[in-house]
Amino acid sequence: MRNTVKQALISTLPVLTGYLVLGFGFGIILKANGFSIALAAAMSIFIYAGSMQYAAIGLLTGGASLITAALTTLMVNARHIFYGISMIERYKGMGIKKPYLIFALTDETYSLVCHDNEDISEADRGRYYLLVSLFNQIYWVLGSLLGAVVGTVVKFNSEGVDFALTALFITIFLEQWLTAKRHSPAIIGVIVSVICLLIFGADKFLIPTMLIIALLLSLEKEAQENE
Amino acid sequence: MNNLHIWLTVAVIALVTAALRFLPFVIWGDKRKTPKLITKLGGTLPYAIMGMLVIYCLKETSFASLDGFLPALISCIVVAVSYILKRNTLISIILGTLCNIILVQFVF
Repeated sequence: MRNTVKQALISTLPVLTGYLVLGFGFGIILKANGFSIALAAAMSIFIYAGSMQYAAIGLLTGGASLITAALTTLMVNARHIFYGISMIERYKGMGIKKPYLIFALTDETYSLVCHDNEDISEADRGRYYLLVSLFNQIYWVLGSLLGAVVGTVVKFNSEGVDFALTALFITIFLEQWLTAKRHSPAIIGVIVSVICLLIFGADKFLIPTMLIIALLLSLEKEAQENE
Repeated sequence: MNNLHIWLTVAVIALVTAALRFLPFVIWGDKRKTPKLITKLGGTLPYAIMGMLVIYCLKETSFASLDGFLPALISCIVVAVSYILKRNTLISIILGTLCNIILVQFVF
């Protein structure tokens, strides 16, 4: 038990840094646009999706319709379908924990639970997933609240700190690369993303990227089976 | 924008986000037999998605001027090299983030 808590704290430390900073930034901006601390808390508790919450500030200040809000959310968060697909097997048999594990599956939580942690025994896996998911959300909610409460008073230059999340993804990418037998999925992921980014631009490249990745990975697998 | 509309907007965003997260589990999760293709994709997607997330984080990088990409590029190299040498996630993240902070705040 204690070991699982310790492991969950250690693996979520990078997310702690990133979420406090990004949550803080979200709280500051929301408050600066005249919204309440309660709204900041409610959004971080119930939406709990970083980039979408930033996009939501624009929707709220611009007076967007509910349909626009729904469609924007679909576009920005469609990648979560992919996280679900790759967690179906791992989250099997999670029982009462499962709904929260699925609800709390952010980019960062996904990056921590989508591969095995050697220090966690099979019996503790469920508890570890739950603690990682819960700790991450606590960091995010804390960051947003801090930003909304003290953000207008304290001046703090956090430029560049959010690189912690980029760094987290790079280390996980490398770890997967160094341990994987086949590198084609990783190569496909990077190359398709770069090409789509160049063609569709930063705001619109995620959905075409995901579709092409899914297509290539399914074709690739079939080709292998035929051998 | 009135208060009701604000809270409704937040509710809609929360519901759509949760729906996207639950969708795969609702469609394929509870059936005893998950389709073969989905299981296979589940096995290879994490590798491809991690690559996508790295690019996603770097999507605002601009190659129009040196300060648009050098801080990120140097910091990424610091993370990658230190990780390959030490295989320690925390050390690499701290080194890379410190490097990026110094570069964007004081150098470029």
